[in-house]
Amino acid sequence: MKEYLDRTMDIGPYVPEPDDDLIICRCEEITRGEIRKAIHEGMFTMTEVKRYLRTGMGLCQGQTCGRLVKQILEQELSKRITPEAENTARAPMRPIPMSTYGKEVE
Amino acid sequence: MSNARCADMIIVGSGIAGSSTAWYAAQKGMKVIVIDKDGVIGNGASSRNGGGVRVSGRLAPEIPLAKYAVENIWPNLADALGVDIEYHKAGNIRFAFTEKDLPTLETIKKTNAAYGVDIEIISAEEAKHRCPYVGDSVTGAAVCDIDGTANPLKTTLAMYRAARNLGVAYYSGEEAVRIETVKGRARRVITASGNVYEGEHIVLACSYQARALANTVGVDFPFRQKLIEIFVTEPTRPMFDFMFSAVGASGGAYGHQTEHGSFVWGGDSGHEHHPIFEEDAKCIQPTASAISRGTMTYFPALAELKVIRTWAGWIDLCEDLVPVIGPVEEVPGRMVAAGYSAHGFCLGPVTGKILAECAAGETPCVDWKPLAYDRFRSIF
Repeated sequence: MKEYLDRTMDIGPYVPEPDDDLIICRCEEITRGEIRKAIHEGMFTMTEVKRYLRTGMGLCQGQTCGRLVKQILEQELSKRITPEAENTARAPMRPIPMSTYGKEVE
Repeated sequence: MSNARCADMIIVGSGIAGSSTAWYAAQKGMKVIVIDKDGVIGNGASSRNGGGVRVSGRLAPEIPLAKYAVENIWPNLADALGVDIEYHKAGNIRFAFTEKDLPTLETIKKTNAAYGVDIEIISAEEAKHRCPYVGDSVTGAAVCDIDGTANPLKTTLAMYRAARNLGVAYYSGEEAVRIETVKGRARRVITASGNVYEGEHIVLACSYQARALANTVGVDFPFRQKLIEIFVTEPTRPMFDFMFSAVGASGGAYGHQTEHGSFVWGGDSGHEHHPIFEEDAKCIQPTASAISRGTMTYFPALAELKVIRTWAGWIDLCEDLVPVIGPVEEVPGRMVAAGYSAHGFCLGPVTGKILAECAAGETPCVDWKPLAYDRFRSIF
Protein backbone atom coordinates (compact mmCIF):
# COMPACT_ATOMS: atom_id res chain seq x y z
CA MET A 1 0.00 0.00 0.00
CA LYS A 2 1.71 3.15 -1.20
CA GLU A 3 -0.99 5.76 -0.68
CA TYR A 4 0.21 9.18 0.49
CA LEU A 5 -0.96 10.05 3.99
CA ASP A 6 -0.16 13.16 6.00
CA ARG A 7 -0.32 11.84 9.54
CA THR A 8 -0.19 15.31 11.07
CA MET A 9 -3.86 15.63 10.07
CA ASP A 10 -6.28 16.43 12.87
CA ILE A 11 -9.31 14.16 13.10
CA GLY A 12 -10.32 15.55 16.47
CA PRO A 13 -10.42 13.77 19.82
CA TYR A 14 -12.12 10.44 20.47
CA VAL A 15 -15.67 11.11 21.62
CA PRO A 16 -17.56 8.12 23.10
CA GLU A 17 -20.74 7.09 21.27
CA PRO A 18 -23.68 5.02 22.56
CA ASP A 19 -22.91 1.92 20.46
CA ASP A 20 -19.21 1.82 21.29
CA ASP A 21 -19.66 -1.43 23.22
CA LEU A 22 -20.79 -3.34 20.11
CA ILE A 23 -18.54 -6.30 19.35
CA ILE A 24 -17.15 -5.84 15.83
CA CYS A 25 -14.50 -8.57 15.66
CA ARG A 26 -16.21 -11.63 17.10
CA CYS A 27 -13.16 -13.92 17.04
CA GLU A 28 -11.05 -11.57 19.11
CA GLU A 29 -13.90 -9.74 20.86
CA ILE A 30 -12.92 -6.20 19.86
CA THR A 31 -15.53 -3.47 20.26
CA ARG A 32 -16.42 -0.54 18.04
CA GLY A 33 -15.20 1.81 20.79
CA GLU A 34 -11.78 0.15 20.95
CA ILE A 35 -11.45 0.48 17.18
CA ARG A 36 -12.53 4.14 17.21
CA LYS A 37 -10.08 4.90 20.04
CA ALA A 38 -7.20 3.24 18.14
CA ILE A 39 -7.98 5.33 15.05
CA HIS A 40 -7.82 8.50 17.15
CA GLU A 41 -4.48 7.31 18.53
CA GLY A 42 -3.07 7.35 14.98
CA MET A 43 -3.96 3.91 13.57
CA PHE A 44 -5.17 5.28 10.24
CA THR A 45 -5.12 2.09 8.11
CA MET A 46 -6.84 -1.31 8.23
CA THR A 47 -3.47 -2.99 8.72
CA GLU A 48 -2.52 -0.76 11.66
CA VAL A 49 -5.87 -1.30 13.41
CA LYS A 50 -5.43 -5.04 12.87
CA ARG A 51 -1.90 -5.12 14.25
CA TYR A 52 -2.73 -2.85 17.19
CA LEU A 53 -5.97 -4.55 18.31
CA ARG A 54 -6.02 -7.98 16.55
CA THR A 55 -9.18 -7.26 14.55
CA GLY A 56 -9.23 -9.89 11.79
CA MET A 57 -6.43 -11.95 13.31
CA GLY A 58 -8.66 -14.66 14.77
CA LEU A 59 -9.99 -17.92 13.39
CA CYS A 60 -12.06 -16.31 10.59
CA GLN A 61 -9.17 -14.04 9.55
CA GLY A 62 -11.36 -10.97 9.16
CA GLN A 63 -13.96 -12.52 6.87
CA THR A 64 -16.67 -11.25 9.23
CA CYS A 65 -15.32 -7.98 10.60
CA GLY A 66 -13.25 -6.74 7.65
CA ARG A 67 -16.02 -4.69 6.07
CA LEU A 68 -17.18 -3.34 9.42
CA VAL A 69 -13.71 -2.16 10.41
CA LYS A 70 -13.40 -0.53 7.00
CA GLN A 71 -16.69 1.34 7.50
CA ILE A 72 -15.63 2.60 10.94
CA LEU A 73 -12.32 3.83 9.49
CA GLU A 74 -14.13 5.59 6.64
CA GLN A 75 -16.46 7.32 9.11
CA GLU A 76 -13.71 8.46 11.48
CA LEU A 77 -11.34 9.63 8.73
CA SER A 78 -14.07 10.98 6.42
CA LYS A 79 -12.46 9.29 3.42
CA ARG A 80 -12.85 6.17 1.29
CA ILE A 81 -10.64 3.16 1.98
CA THR A 82 -9.40 1.84 -1.36
CA PRO A 83 -9.48 -1.92 -2.07
CA GLU A 84 -5.69 -2.07 -2.04
CA ALA A 85 -5.68 -0.68 1.51
CA GLU A 86 -7.82 -3.54 2.78
CA ASN A 87 -6.25 -6.37 4.74
CA THR A 88 -4.25 -8.93 2.80
CA ALA A 89 -5.89 -12.36 2.67
CA ARG A 90 -3.36 -14.93 3.79
CA ALA A 91 -3.05 -18.65 3.26
CA PRO A 92 -4.37 -21.07 4.39
CA MET A 93 -7.99 -20.33 3.50
CA ARG A 94 -9.20 -22.54 6.34
CA PRO A 95 -7.31 -23.50 9.50
CA ILE A 96 -5.15 -26.60 8.82
CA PRO A 97 -3.49 -28.83 11.44
CA MET A 98 0.30 -29.01 11.20
CA SER A 99 0.01 -32.78 10.82
CA THR A 100 -1.82 -32.18 7.51
CA TYR A 101 0.12 -29.10 6.37
CA GLY A 102 3.41 -30.95 6.88
CA LYS A 103 2.42 -33.79 4.53
CA GLU A 104 2.58 -31.75 1.35
CA VAL A 105 5.93 -33.18 0.24
CA GLU A 106 6.49 -36.94 0.32
CA MET B 1 4.37 21.06 -2.06
CA SER B 2 6.56 23.93 -3.23
CA ASN B 3 8.74 24.54 -0.19
CA ALA B 4 10.85 22.00 1.68
CA ARG B 5 9.47 20.58 4.89
CA CYS B 6 12.16 21.35 7.45
CA ALA B 7 13.10 19.78 10.78
CA ASP B 8 16.16 19.11 12.92
CA MET B 9 16.06 15.46 11.89
CA ILE B 10 14.65 13.72 8.83
CA ILE B 11 14.19 9.99 9.27
CA VAL B 12 13.61 7.68 6.31
CA GLY B 13 11.74 4.61 7.56
CA SER B 14 8.92 4.37 10.09
CA GLY B 15 9.79 0.98 11.58
CA ILE B 16 11.06 0.22 15.05
CA ALA B 17 14.51 1.79 14.40
CA GLY B 18 13.17 4.93 12.72
CA SER B 19 10.30 5.48 15.14
CA SER B 20 12.55 4.84 18.17
CA THR B 21 15.05 7.40 16.88
CA ALA B 22 12.18 9.84 16.39
CA TRP B 23 10.82 9.17 19.89
CA TYR B 24 14.17 9.66 21.65
CA ALA B 25 15.08 12.71 19.54
CA ALA B 26 11.68 14.33 20.22
CA GLN B 27 12.24 13.79 23.94
CA LYS B 28 15.38 15.90 23.58
CA GLY B 29 13.34 18.70 22.07
CA MET B 30 14.28 18.09 18.46
CA LYS B 31 11.83 18.69 15.67
CA VAL B 32 11.54 15.43 13.75
CA ILE B 33 9.97 14.31 10.47
CA VAL B 34 9.59 10.61 9.54
CA ILE B 35 8.84 9.61 5.95
CA ASP B 36 8.11 6.10 4.67
CA LYS B 37 7.47 4.86 1.17
CA ASP B 38 4.78 2.50 2.46
CA GLY B 39 1.31 3.68 3.39
CA VAL B 40 1.41 1.56 6.55
CA ILE B 41 3.65 2.32 9.54
CA GLY B 42 6.52 -0.14 10.08
CA ASN B 43 5.39 -2.44 7.28
CA GLY B 44 8.81 -4.02 6.78
CA ALA B 45 10.75 -6.31 9.09
CA SER B 46 9.52 -4.46 12.21
CA SER B 47 6.11 -6.05 11.69
CA ARG B 48 7.47 -9.25 10.19
CA ASN B 49 9.63 -10.96 12.78
CA GLY B 50 9.46 -13.56 15.52
CA GLY B 51 9.38 -11.09 18.40
CA GLY B 52 12.63 -12.20 20.01
CA VAL B 53 14.17 -9.82 22.55
CA ARG B 54 17.42 -11.57 23.23
CA VAL B 55 21.10 -11.25 23.98
CA SER B 56 22.09 -14.86 23.46
CA GLY B 57 23.15 -16.30 20.13
CA ARG B 58 24.18 -12.94 18.73
CA LEU B 59 27.46 -12.01 17.08
CA ALA B 60 30.11 -10.32 19.22
CA PRO B 61 29.90 -6.71 17.86
CA GLU B 62 26.19 -6.35 18.67
CA ILE B 63 26.12 -8.01 22.10
CA PRO B 64 26.83 -4.78 24.07
CA LEU B 65 23.82 -3.12 22.40
CA ALA B 66 21.56 -6.12 22.95
CA LYS B 67 22.65 -6.35 26.58
CA TYR B 68 21.97 -2.67 27.20
CA ALA B 69 18.57 -2.98 25.53
CA VAL B 70 17.52 -6.02 27.53
CA GLU B 71 18.80 -4.61 30.84
CA ASN B 72 17.81 -0.97 30.53
CA ILE B 73 15.19 -0.39 27.85
CA TRP B 74 12.84 -3.34 27.35
CA PRO B 75 11.83 -3.85 31.01
CA ASN B 76 10.45 -0.27 31.19
CA LEU B 77 9.27 0.16 27.62
CA ALA B 78 5.59 -0.72 28.12
CA ASP B 79 5.28 1.90 30.88
CA ALA B 80 7.18 4.51 28.89
CA LEU B 81 5.04 3.95 25.79
CA GLY B 82 1.76 3.55 27.65
CA VAL B 83 0.91 0.37 25.71
CA ASP B 84 1.12 -3.26 26.82
CA ILE B 85 3.72 -4.53 24.37
CA GLU B 86 3.56 -8.05 25.87
CA TYR B 87 7.21 -8.10 26.90
CA HIS B 88 8.10 -11.23 28.86
CA LYS B 89 11.59 -11.96 30.15
CA ALA B 90 11.03 -15.69 30.22
CA GLY B 91 14.34 -16.79 28.69
CA ASN B 92 15.53 -18.25 25.42
CA ILE B 93 16.20 -21.94 25.04
CA ARG B 94 18.29 -23.09 22.11
CA PHE B 95 17.82 -26.81 21.76
CA ALA B 96 20.27 -29.16 20.05
CA PHE B 97 18.79 -32.21 18.41
CA THR B 98 21.95 -34.01 17.24
CA GLU B 99 25.25 -34.87 18.94
CA LYS B 100 27.20 -32.79 16.43
CA ASP B 101 25.29 -29.64 17.38
CA LEU B 102 26.40 -29.84 21.02
CA PRO B 103 29.73 -27.96 20.45
CA THR B 104 27.68 -25.05 19.04
CA LEU B 105 26.07 -24.65 22.46
CA GLU B 106 29.54 -24.35 24.03
CA THR B 107 30.53 -21.74 21.43
CA ILE B 108 27.43 -19.69 22.26
CA LYS B 109 28.29 -19.91 25.97
CA LYS B 110 31.88 -18.74 25.35
CA THR B 111 30.98 -15.83 23.01
CA ASN B 112 28.42 -14.52 25.46
CA ALA B 113 30.63 -15.02 28.54
CA ALA B 114 33.16 -12.57 27.09
CA TYR B 115 30.48 -9.87 27.42
CA GLY B 116 29.24 -10.96 30.82
CA VAL B 117 26.14 -12.71 29.50
CA ASP B 118 25.48 -15.93 31.35
CA ILE B 119 24.42 -18.98 29.36
CA GLU B 120 23.63 -22.25 31.08
CA ILE B 121 24.17 -25.51 29.19
CA ILE B 122 21.70 -28.16 30.24
CA SER B 123 21.49 -31.89 29.52
CA ALA B 124 18.82 -33.64 27.49
CA GLU B 125 17.02 -34.70 30.72
CA GLU B 126 17.11 -31.18 32.11
CA ALA B 127 15.81 -29.85 28.79
CA LYS B 128 12.93 -32.32 29.00
CA HIS B 129 12.26 -31.22 32.56
CA ARG B 130 12.32 -27.54 31.60
CA CYS B 131 10.03 -28.18 28.61
CA PRO B 132 8.04 -31.43 28.77
CA TYR B 133 6.83 -30.90 25.19
CA VAL B 134 10.26 -31.12 23.55
CA GLY B 135 10.77 -34.20 21.37
CA ASP B 136 12.85 -37.25 22.40
CA SER B 137 15.62 -36.44 19.93
CA VAL B 138 16.80 -33.48 22.06
CA THR B 139 20.49 -33.77 22.98
CA GLY B 140 20.93 -30.67 25.13
CA ALA B 141 20.17 -26.97 25.31
CA ALA B 142 21.63 -23.54 26.02
CA VAL B 143 19.49 -21.36 28.28
CA CYS B 144 19.73 -17.59 28.55
CA ASP B 145 17.48 -16.34 31.31
CA ILE B 146 17.66 -12.62 30.49
CA ASP B 147 16.16 -13.12 27.03
CA GLY B 148 12.50 -12.81 26.24
CA THR B 149 9.83 -11.92 23.74
CA ALA B 150 7.53 -9.03 22.92
CA ASN B 151 4.78 -8.33 20.43
CA PRO B 152 6.54 -6.65 17.46
CA LEU B 153 3.32 -5.35 15.88
CA LYS B 154 2.21 -3.57 19.02
CA THR B 155 5.70 -2.38 19.95
CA THR B 156 6.32 -0.79 16.57
CA LEU B 157 2.93 0.94 16.50
CA ALA B 158 3.24 1.99 20.16
CA MET B 159 6.61 3.58 19.34
CA TYR B 160 5.02 5.43 16.40
CA ARG B 161 2.10 6.52 18.61
CA ALA B 162 4.45 7.80 21.32
CA ALA B 163 6.61 9.69 18.81
CA ARG B 164 3.53 11.18 17.16
CA ASN B 165 2.21 12.26 20.57
CA LEU B 166 5.47 14.18 21.05
CA GLY B 167 4.85 16.07 17.83
CA VAL B 168 6.85 13.98 15.36
CA ALA B 169 5.41 14.53 11.86
CA TYR B 170 4.85 11.31 9.88
CA TYR B 171 4.26 11.25 6.11
CA SER B 172 3.40 7.85 4.62
CA GLY B 173 3.61 6.94 0.96
CA GLU B 174 6.63 9.18 0.51
CA GLU B 175 9.42 7.25 -1.18
CA ALA B 176 12.86 8.74 -0.66
CA VAL B 177 14.85 8.47 -3.88
CA ARG B 178 17.82 10.77 -3.38
CA ILE B 179 19.89 12.49 -0.74
CA GLU B 180 21.36 15.89 -1.55
CA THR B 181 24.32 17.47 0.18
CA VAL B 182 24.69 21.16 0.89
CA LYS B 183 28.29 22.33 1.46
CA GLY B 184 29.39 18.73 2.05
CA ARG B 185 26.66 17.93 4.57
CA ALA B 186 23.75 15.63 3.87
CA ARG B 187 20.78 17.95 4.24
CA ARG B 188 17.96 17.06 1.89
CA VAL B 189 15.90 14.02 1.11
CA ILE B 190 14.05 14.11 -2.22
CA THR B 191 11.04 11.84 -2.69
CA ALA B 192 9.59 10.18 -5.79
CA SER B 193 6.75 12.71 -5.76
CA GLY B 194 9.30 15.52 -5.91
CA ASN B 195 8.87 16.68 -2.33
CA VAL B 196 11.88 17.92 -0.39
CA TYR B 197 12.59 17.27 3.27
CA GLU B 198 15.44 19.21 4.78
CA GLY B 199 17.21 18.82 8.11
CA GLU B 200 20.45 18.94 10.06
CA HIS B 201 20.47 15.16 10.48
CA ILE B 202 19.35 12.59 7.92
CA VAL B 203 18.74 9.11 9.32
CA LEU B 204 18.42 6.09 7.04
CA ALA B 205 16.37 3.53 8.94
CA CYS B 206 14.92 1.85 5.89
CA SER B 207 16.43 -1.62 5.82
CA TYR B 208 17.99 -2.83 2.55
CA GLN B 209 16.56 0.22 0.78
CA ALA B 210 19.14 2.32 2.68
CA ARG B 211 21.70 0.99 0.23
CA ALA B 212 20.26 2.61 -2.90
CA LEU B 213 19.73 5.86 -1.00
CA ALA B 214 23.27 5.84 0.39
CA ASN B 215 24.54 5.24 -3.15
CA THR B 216 23.19 8.67 -4.14
CA VAL B 217 25.87 10.26 -1.95
CA GLY B 218 28.59 7.80 -2.91
CA VAL B 219 28.37 5.45 0.06
CA ASP B 220 27.62 1.75 -0.17
CA PHE B 221 26.67 -0.93 2.32
CA PRO B 222 26.97 -4.65 1.57
CA PHE B 223 23.28 -5.47 2.08
CA ARG B 224 21.14 -8.03 0.36
CA GLN B 225 17.66 -9.37 0.95
CA LYS B 226 16.39 -12.58 2.37
CA LEU B 227 12.84 -13.80 2.69
CA ILE B 228 11.55 -14.90 6.07
CA GLU B 229 8.31 -16.71 6.60
CA ILE B 230 6.29 -17.37 9.71
CA PHE B 231 3.02 -19.02 10.51
CA VAL B 232 0.58 -18.37 13.31
CA THR B 233 -1.50 -21.08 14.94
CA GLU B 234 -4.86 -21.03 16.65
CA PRO B 235 -4.63 -20.13 20.34
CA THR B 236 -4.22 -22.93 22.87
CA ARG B 237 -3.58 -23.30 26.60
CA PRO B 238 -0.32 -21.78 27.93
CA MET B 239 2.33 -24.41 27.15
CA PHE B 240 5.63 -22.57 27.28
CA ASP B 241 6.70 -19.02 27.91
CA PHE B 242 10.29 -18.99 26.57
CA MET B 243 11.63 -18.24 23.11
CA PHE B 244 12.60 -21.42 21.31
CA SER B 245 15.11 -22.10 18.60
CA ALA B 246 17.02 -25.09 17.30
CA VAL B 247 20.77 -24.80 16.71
CA GLY B 248 22.25 -25.94 13.45
CA ALA B 249 18.89 -27.19 12.28
CA SER B 250 18.16 -27.55 8.62
CA GLY B 251 14.54 -26.73 7.84
CA GLY B 252 14.43 -25.66 11.44
CA ALA B 253 12.00 -23.72 13.48
CA TYR B 254 12.01 -20.90 16.00
CA GLY B 255 9.29 -19.04 17.79
CA HIS B 256 7.23 -18.71 20.91
CA GLN B 257 3.74 -18.84 22.29
CA THR B 258 2.21 -15.41 22.54
CA GLU B 259 0.21 -13.97 25.42
CA HIS B 260 -2.82 -14.50 23.17
CA GLY B 261 -2.14 -18.26 23.19
CA SER B 262 -1.21 -18.67 19.54
CA PHE B 263 2.22 -19.89 18.45
CA VAL B 264 4.25 -17.63 16.19
CA TRP B 265 6.54 -20.01 14.43
CA GLY B 266 9.20 -19.34 11.81
CA GLY B 267 11.60 -21.46 9.85
CA ASP B 268 13.36 -22.13 6.58
CA SER B 269 12.69 -24.44 3.67
CA GLY B 270 16.05 -23.72 2.06
CA HIS B 271 14.60 -21.65 -0.78
CA GLU B 272 14.54 -18.23 0.86
CA HIS B 273 17.85 -16.86 -0.36
CA HIS B 274 16.72 -16.90 -3.97
CA PRO B 275 12.95 -16.41 -4.09
CA ILE B 276 11.27 -14.71 -7.02
CA PHE B 277 11.73 -11.05 -6.21
CA GLU B 278 8.59 -9.08 -5.59
CA GLU B 279 8.59 -5.89 -3.61
CA ASP B 280 5.70 -7.10 -1.47
CA ALA B 281 7.09 -10.24 0.09
CA LYS B 282 5.05 -13.36 -0.54
CA CYS B 283 5.17 -16.79 1.06
CA ILE B 284 6.74 -19.52 -1.03
CA GLN B 285 4.96 -22.80 -1.28
CA PRO B 286 7.22 -25.27 0.55
CA THR B 287 7.94 -23.21 3.63
CA ALA B 288 4.84 -23.52 5.83
CA SER B 289 4.96 -27.28 5.26
CA ALA B 290 8.66 -27.34 6.18
CA ILE B 291 7.99 -25.38 9.39
CA SER B 292 5.14 -27.79 10.21
CA ARG B 293 7.49 -30.76 9.85
CA GLY B 294 10.23 -29.05 11.89
CA THR B 295 7.79 -28.17 14.64
CA MET B 296 6.35 -31.69 14.78
CA THR B 297 9.88 -33.09 15.07
CA TYR B 298 10.87 -30.75 17.88
CA PHE B 299 7.48 -30.56 19.64
CA PRO B 300 5.32 -33.58 18.72
CA ALA B 301 2.61 -32.36 21.11
CA LEU B 302 1.83 -29.46 18.74
CA ALA B 303 1.08 -31.66 15.70
CA GLU B 304 -2.70 -31.22 15.79
CA LEU B 305 -2.61 -27.48 16.38
CA LYS B 306 -4.12 -25.62 13.42
CA VAL B 307 -2.22 -23.08 11.34
CA ILE B 308 -4.48 -20.10 10.69
CA ARG B 309 -2.22 -17.60 8.94
CA THR B 310 1.10 -17.44 7.13
CA TRP B 311 3.09 -14.39 6.17
CA ALA B 312 6.41 -13.37 4.67
CA GLY B 313 8.76 -10.41 4.87
CA TRP B 314 12.07 -9.15 3.57
CA ILE B 315 14.98 -8.81 5.92
CA ASP B 316 18.16 -6.90 5.25
CA LEU B 317 21.15 -9.19 5.47
CA CYS B 318 24.43 -7.38 6.00
CA GLU B 319 27.57 -9.14 4.75
CA ASP B 320 28.87 -9.78 8.30
CA LEU B 321 25.37 -10.34 9.71
CA VAL B 322 25.42 -7.38 12.11
CA PRO B 323 23.84 -4.00 11.44
CA VAL B 324 25.41 -0.74 10.34
CA ILE B 325 24.70 1.92 12.95
CA GLY B 326 25.74 5.49 13.64
CA PRO B 327 26.97 8.60 11.84
CA VAL B 328 28.71 8.12 8.47
CA GLU B 329 31.86 10.22 8.67
CA GLU B 330 32.31 10.57 4.90
CA VAL B 331 28.99 12.37 4.69
CA PRO B 332 28.45 14.58 7.75
CA GLY B 333 24.84 14.84 8.80
CA ARG B 334 24.10 11.33 7.60
CA MET B 335 23.30 8.55 10.04
CA VAL B 336 22.30 4.99 9.41
CA ALA B 337 20.48 2.20 11.22
CA ALA B 338 20.03 -0.68 8.81
CA GLY B 339 21.31 -4.10 7.81
CA TYR B 340 20.00 -5.68 10.99
CA SER B 341 20.25 -9.16 9.50
CA ALA B 342 17.14 -10.36 11.33
CA HIS B 343 18.20 -8.92 14.69
CA GLY B 344 16.53 -5.53 14.42
CA PHE B 345 13.48 -5.83 16.62
CA CYS B 346 15.37 -6.15 19.89
CA LEU B 347 18.00 -3.60 18.80
CA GLY B 348 15.63 -0.99 17.35
CA PRO B 349 14.97 0.98 20.55
CA VAL B 350 18.61 1.07 21.70
CA THR B 351 19.69 2.17 18.21
CA GLY B 352 17.15 4.98 18.38
CA LYS B 353 18.56 6.11 21.71
CA ILE B 354 22.14 6.03 20.39
CA LEU B 355 21.33 8.00 17.23
CA ALA B 356 19.35 10.62 19.16
CA GLU B 357 22.28 11.00 21.56
CA CYS B 358 24.74 11.31 18.66
CA ALA B 359 22.53 13.97 17.05
CA ALA B 360 22.34 15.90 20.33
CA GLY B 361 26.13 15.76 20.71
CA GLU B 362 25.91 13.61 23.83
CA THR B 363 27.97 10.55 24.72
CA PRO B 364 25.98 7.53 23.48
CA CYS B 365 24.74 5.02 26.06
CA VAL B 366 26.63 2.23 24.27
CA ASP B 367 29.75 2.41 22.11
CA TRP B 368 28.39 1.89 18.59
CA LYS B 369 31.82 2.03 16.87
CA PRO B 370 32.12 -1.75 16.32
CA LEU B 371 29.00 -1.41 14.15
CA ALA B 372 30.16 1.70 12.29
CA TYR B 373 30.06 1.91 8.52
CA ASP B 374 33.85 2.18 8.20
CA ARG B 375 34.38 -1.51 8.97
CA PHE B 376 33.83 -2.07 5.24
CA ARG B 377 36.80 0.06 4.13
CA SER B 378 39.21 -1.59 1.73
CA ILE B 379 41.91 -3.69 3.31
CA PHE B 380 44.68 -1.81 1.42
